[in-house]
Amino acid sequence: MTGFYIVFLFLVLGMLIVAVTLLLSRLLQPRKREKDKFIPYECGIVPEGEAWIQFNNRFYVIALIFIIFDVEVLFLFPWAVVFDTMGMVAFVEMMIFIAILLVGLAYVWAKGDLNWVKPKPRLAHLAKKKGE
Amino acid sequence: MEATQVLFWFIAVVTILSAGIVAFSSKLIHSAFALLATLVGFAAFYVYLGADFLAVAQIMIYVGGILILIIFGVMMTHRIYDTSKRTAHNSLILSLLGGAAMAAILGMIIFRSPWTATVFKTLKPTTSMIGTSILTNYLLPFEVISVLLLGALVGAVYLARREEDEE
Repeated sequence: MTGFYIVFLFLVLGMLIVAVTLLLSRLLQPRKREKDKFIPYECGIVPEGEAWIQFNNRFYVIALIFIIFDVEVLFLFPWAVVFDTMGMVAFVEMMIFIAILLVGLAYVWAKGDLNWVKPKPRLAHLAKKKGE
Repeated sequence: MEATQVLFWFIAVVTILSAGIVAFSSKLIHSAFALLATLVGFAAFYVYLGADFLAVAQIMIYVGGILILIIFGVMMTHRIYDTSKRTAHNSLILSLLGGAAMAAILGMIIFRSPWTATVFKTLKPTTSMIGTSILTNYLLPFEVISVLLLGALVGAVYLARREEDEE
């Protein structure tokens, strides 16, 4: 459990670095208030529209899929720790676990949920009826 | 007081305060970001309880996964700042009743569970113990988890896709 002291140390160090950097830039910077400086930064050009845009829904679906495999990875940790002592049995057991989840990956792949631009199903029979 | 105790109280105060922000903030995005502090605080409590694997799981799944999903959900909501709809604070009695019911259920579990009275002074890493357990004694539940995850994946993607098609 002593490993978590190192985690804590990293956490404190990370916060300190951010704080010191901000403080340093605060101390060093010349401060002249101008109206243009309060415009949100957009790669040097004058920003258009609002900063709060609606993100593509595809991000959400990808994140959903990510969480499932995140949980899978979580189970890989204890498995990897005891893999040396368990050997082949552990390997086969984990392969079954992964194989079941691969069905899910195959499902979302086949359904086109991984595609950035989702292919629309072509409804040939409907189009024909419309044309008549 | 020892340094670890001081740290514990600090984390406890931060966790409870951020949980309060989650519950009472009128802007959804503030709630989502306050939830970050709450979940990290809980991970710290797991470390204090000697559950190192659970702490890492908390960070990985809740902070790294579910919270991202929540923030995505907030960001994808169309014009969330323009709408007059804010987090509702009405029906205080109903929410209190719900909270009390939840507390009763949790209390029942806490008081009826047979806890081991001995406190382990030397905390051991639990990851290898968990690994051995899921691969021997709890193999069937472990494999069933993958089926459960499969169901969750297919169901979640199905629902997300249907909403998308309705647009």
